Amino acid sequence: MATTPKNRFSQDERRRNADHVSFLKHKRFRWLWIALVLCIVSGLGYVMIDQEPRPNGGSWYGYTLGTIGLGLIVWLSLLGIRKRKMTTGQWSLKAWTSAHVYLGLALIVVGTLHTGFQIGWNVHTLAYVLMLIVIITGIYGVIVYATLPSTLSSNRKELTRAQMLEALTALDRQLESAAQPLDRDKSDLVISALEQNVFYGGALARLTGAYPGCATKRALASLPEHNTADGAEERVRSLLAKRSDQLAQIRRHLRIRALLEIWLFIHIPATIALLAALLAHVVSVFYYW
Amino acid sequence: MSDLYKVAIVGSGPAGLSAAGRAAALGMSHVLIEKTDHLSDTIYKYQKGKHVMATPSNLVLRSDLDFDAGKRETILGTWDEQSDAQKINVELNGEVSKVEGQKGDFTITLKNGKTLRAEAIVLAIGTQGNPNMLRCPGSDHQMIQYQLDDPGEYYDEHITVVGSGDAGIENALGLAADDAQRNVVTILNRRDSFARAKAANVSLLEEAEKDGRISVRRETSPAGVKDGELVLETRDGEETIPCNRIIARTGSQPPRGFVESMGIEFSSEDRSAFPKLTPAFESTAPGIHVIGALAGYPLIKHCMNQGYDVIEFLNGNTDLKPADEPILSEKFGALPGNHSVEHWLDVFGGNVSVLKGLSTLQLRELMLDSDVHSFEPGEAIFRRNDPGSSLFAIAEGSVSVEINPNDPSITVPIDQGSIFGEVGLISGRRRGSTIRAAEPVVAIELARNAALKLIATSPEAAEAVNRIAVERQLLQMFGSGLTPNDIAPLVEAAEVMDVKAGQVLIKEGDADQDVYIIRRGSMIVEKAIGDKPVFLSYLPAGSYVGEMAAIDGSARTATVKAAIKAEAIRLPGEKFAALLDNNPALREKALTEMEGRRKTNAFIESRKDNFGSAVDLYSETAQFLVDEGLGEATDVLLIDEKLCIGCDNCEKACADAHEGLSRLDREAGRTYAHLHVPTSCRHCEHPHCMADCPPNAIKRGPDGEVVIDDTCIGCGNCQRNCPYGVIRMDPKPPEKPSLLKWLFFGSGPGPGEASYAWRKENGDPEQPKQAIKCDMCSGIDGGPACVRACPTGAAIRVSPDKFLTFTKLTEDVD
Repeated sequence: MATTPKNRFSQDERRRNADHVSFLKHKRFRWLWIALVLCIVSGLGYVMIDQEPRPNGGSWYGYTLGTIGLGLIVWLSLLGIRKRKMTTGQWSLKAWTSAHVYLGLALIVVGTLHTGFQIGWNVHTLAYVLMLIVIITGIYGVIVYATLPSTLSSNRKELTRAQMLEALTALDRQLESAAQPLDRDKSDLVISALEQNVFYGGALARLTGAYPGCATKRALASLPEHNTADGAEERVRSLLAKRSDQLAQIRRHLRIRALLEIWLFIHIPATIALLAALLAHVVSVFYYW
Repeated sequence: MSDLYKVAIVGSGPAGLSAAGRAAALGMSHVLIEKTDHLSDTIYKYQKGKHVMATPSNLVLRSDLDFDAGKRETILGTWDEQSDAQKINVELNGEVSKVEGQKGDFTITLKNGKTLRAEAIVLAIGTQGNPNMLRCPGSDHQMIQYQLDDPGEYYDEHITVVGSGDAGIENALGLAADDAQRNVVTILNRRDSFARAKAANVSLLEEAEKDGRISVRRETSPAGVKDGELVLETRDGEETIPCNRIIARTGSQPPRGFVESMGIEFSSEDRSAFPKLTPAFESTAPGIHVIGALAGYPLIKHCMNQGYDVIEFLNGNTDLKPADEPILSEKFGALPGNHSVEHWLDVFGGNVSVLKGLSTLQLRELMLDSDVHSFEPGEAIFRRNDPGSSLFAIAEGSVSVEINPNDPSITVPIDQGSIFGEVGLISGRRRGSTIRAAEPVVAIELARNAALKLIATSPEAAEAVNRIAVERQLLQMFGSGLTPNDIAPLVEAAEVMDVKAGQVLIKEGDADQDVYIIRRGSMIVEKAIGDKPVFLSYLPAGSYVGEMAAIDGSARTATVKAAIKAEAIRLPGEKFAALLDNNPALREKALTEMEGRRKTNAFIESRKDNFGSAVDLYSETAQFLVDEGLGEATDVLLIDEKLCIGCDNCEKACADAHEGLSRLDREAGRTYAHLHVPTSCRHCEHPHCMADCPPNAIKRGPDGEVVIDDTCIGCGNCQRNCPYGVIRMDPKPPEKPSLLKWLFFGSGPGPGEASYAWRKENGDPEQPKQAIKCDMCSGIDGGPACVRACPTGAAIRVSPDKFLTFTKLTEDVD
C-alpha cells in the first residue's frame, strides 16, 4: 500500500541508544560470557597449576587470583559513584549494571579459589564471608529486578505517587462531610480512620503488606453491608470501601518498592565492611609475609 | 469641542507610551488615550513581581522612556514617573467607541461621551481585546470584574463566577480553595456541560461540587445585576441569589473588528494576519497609523522603538532609519560587494518571487528573522539527511540539486528567484537531497517561523511555495531519470488536501484508484482481520500510498487514515498509471516495492491465525502509541515498565545533566501493556510550542531536537500550546555542592533535582522563570542522559517509524 522514504535514521541511530533489551541480555550476554571465561580459566588454572605445598592464597597463583578479585571488588563498588555522577561520554549505566551482575557472580569462583578452601576464624575469612553476603544479597536484587517491575507497573494503573495520595485526600474530604449524620461511636471510628497516618506501620508491615491495626478496615467492619435503610451510613460505607482500596494500592506500591530496595540495606553496608576487611586482609598479609 | 491635537495615541502600552513620550519631547500637541485607570494595562496585569525581559538584546532601545529587564513594579514605576516628568498628556478611563473624520481632522468619541479631535491617530491597542460584557440589565454594575488577580484577598463574600471555560473554572476553584475565607462561590454555565474546559479542570470542579465547596448551576445565565443581588434565569424560571461580587470570564473580543471598522485593511482573512502598513506604519486608512503588537511586533523593545519612529515620521523626519538598521547592516555585511542595506532589500524584494508581494516594512521584519549567505560555486548549501526546516530563496545566482544519492553527477538546476528547502519546511523531516551552488550564490535562509508567517500573510507566496513543493516532491520520490516535463501532467492534476486526525483517506475494499503522497503529518495503515482492525504499518510524511490499485486496478487492500492532522497530495490514478507506462524503470521499481509490502501484509495475516495474541498486542500497542502523540513525534522517550524499578535515576540524570531541573516526569503519563509514555518532549515534526513564541526562542537543533534558548522571556505561551504538558516554567536553580561533598559530608541536596524549598532558600530571588523542556541533551557528548543513566535498560528513545513495527513491538526484552 505504501512506500516510505529511505533517507532517514542513519544519524538518529548513532545518537540513540535504542537497543530495547534488559541489562541481563545486554549486548547478547556479553558480560555473562566474559564472566564465564574468567571462571573457567581460573578453575582450569587451579586444577592444572601445581601449587606447592598446597593451593593457598599465598602462592603466586593465589596472589594472581587475589589481585583479580580485589580489582573486581573495588571496581564493582564504584557502580554507586557511576550511577550518581552524570559525566559526559559514551557510557551506559545498563552496561555497567550488566557487568556488575555477571562479574560479581564470577567473584564466587575467583574468591573461593583464592582461599584455597582454607577457612578459619580470622580476618581473611571475614572478608570472604562478607563478600559472599554481598553477592547473595546481590542475587536477590537481580531476581527482584527481573520479576517485580511489571507488578509495580500494573499496580500503579497510570497513577503517580502524588496522585494516589491526592485521591486519598479527596476521599477523606468527602468522608468527613458524609460522616456528619452518623452516631457518635460510628463517627469516632471514621475519625480514627481519617486521623491514622497513611504511612503508619513499620518495616515489617511495609514488607509483608499486613496492617493489622488499620483503622479504615476496622471502621468498615463496624458498618453492616447493604444497609439500604440508612442512606448516610451506606454512603460512608461505600466511601470507606473506596478508601480501603486506595490504601491497598498505596501499600502494594510501598511493598513492591520495599522489596526492590530492602537488599540494598545489606548490600551497601556489607560492601563498605568488605572494603575495610579487605584492607585489613591485604595489610596483614604483607605485614606478616 | 476640544482643540485639535496633532496626534491622538490610542493605548498606553510600551508602544503608545513611547510615542507619547516622543511627541512630548518634540513639543507636538498630543493626547494619550488609555481605557483603564492606569498606564500599560497588559503589563499591569502581569502577576505581581514578574520578571519582564528585554529581548532581543542586540536591538538598541530608541525611546524617551527607559526600559530594561526587571520586575513588573519597577518598570511600571519608572514609566509612571517619567510620563509625569515629561508632561505626557494622558486621558485615562477613555475607552474609544468611535472614530470619524479623515486625515487632518479626526473626531474620537469615548465611551464616557467625551470627544477629542486630532489630525492623526496612532493605534497602539495591542491584541488583548476587550472582555465580553454580561448581556443583561446592570451589566455596568461595579460588582462586576473581568479579572481575578489574587483569589486569596476576598473574605466572607457571595461570589458568582460567570463562564464555563478554563478561566472561569480556575477562578472558582481558587476562590473556594481555602475554607477559612468563608466565601460562598457559585459558577454559572449557560449549557449543561463544561465542554470547552480541560478535562482535569472539569473533574476538579465536579469534585468541589460534590464536597459542597462550589455551587455549580447549569443551564443558568445572569438575567440582572442589582446591589447585593444577582437575578438568574434558570430552566425553571427566574431566581435571585445574594451576590457581592461577580467575576465575568466569558471570553474577549479580539480588536480586529474595531480596527476594521475604522477602514483599516488586514493582509488576509487568516486569524493571524496583521494590518497592511506602509514603511511609516500608516494603515490603508490615511492618517491612522498602527504600531506595536497589533502591527505584529509583540516584543516590548520593538514596540517602544516603533512608538518613537512613528512620531518622528509624523513630524516629517523621513530620513529616520529604523532601529533595526544596525542589525540588518551587520547581517548583510557578510555578503559580497559591500552594499548598503537598502541595496540588498531592493535585490531581495525585486528578485525573489515569493517576496514580491511584501512591503518594505514586512521585508525588513522578515530579514530580522532570517539569515543571508553567499556561496562559492560547488559549495554545499545543505546536504541530504541534514535536519533543517528553513526555507531558502535564491537572490542571486543558481543552484543544482543532486537528485540521485548514488550518483552526484545527476543534477537538476534551480534558478535565480526561486526557492528550495520547502520539503523540510512542510514535512518537518530531514533534507531530501544535497544542494550545491552552481555559480556564485546569494541566498536568504528564512527560519521556519518566518517562512510560515510569510506563507500565512502573503497569498502569492503561499501559491508559489505550494506549486514548487508538489513538483519537487514528485521528482524526489519517483527519483531517477524523471524530468519536470515527465511529471508535468501529474503536477497539473495534483490536489493538496487537508486530512483531519482520524479521517480515512483510503477505505479497504473501495474501487477508487488515486495515489496519495503524505506531505505533512503521518498516517496509519489498517486491515480488518476477523472484525477487528489490525494495525499494519505507520507512514511518515514523505511516503506515498495507494499505488497498488493504480497499477493493477485491484480493490483497496487496506485502510489508510491520518494519525494526526495531515496534508496529502492527491494524484489521479490514471495519470499515475500513465506515468508508469511511459517509464518502464519506474514501473519495475514500483512493482518490486509493492511485492515487498504484499509479503509483510501476508506475514501479519498468517501470524493472525497462529499467534493471534501477538498480533493483537502489536496492533493495540501501536494504536496506543499513536494516540499518545507518536504520530507527530520524531524522538520519544519510552519506559518499558517490565524493566523499570522506579529508581528515578532518569529524572536525576536529566536534572544533573542540565542546570538542575528535570525535564521529564517518569511517573506521569499513560501506559499500555507495560509500555509507558512519560511526560517528556516528543520533539514533534511541527512543534506546537513553536507556534507562538514572541522572541523566537524555540528552535530545531542539528540533531532534530526542539530546544528553547536563553532568549526566552518566560511568557508561558509554549507551555499552554504544548498538548503533552512537557514544558515547565521555573527559575534556574543555584549551583549544588559537588557529588563528593554530598557523599562524604552530606552537604547540599544530593544528585537529582533539588527540592523546591532548597532551591528557594539558596536561589537568587531575582532569577526569572523561563520555559524549560527536553533538549535531547543537545551538545552533551554521549547523548540523552535519561537513557545513559537507566540501570536496567527500561528507558529507551525511539523514533516512531523505527519502533512501530511488528518485530520491535513484540520482541522479548527481559
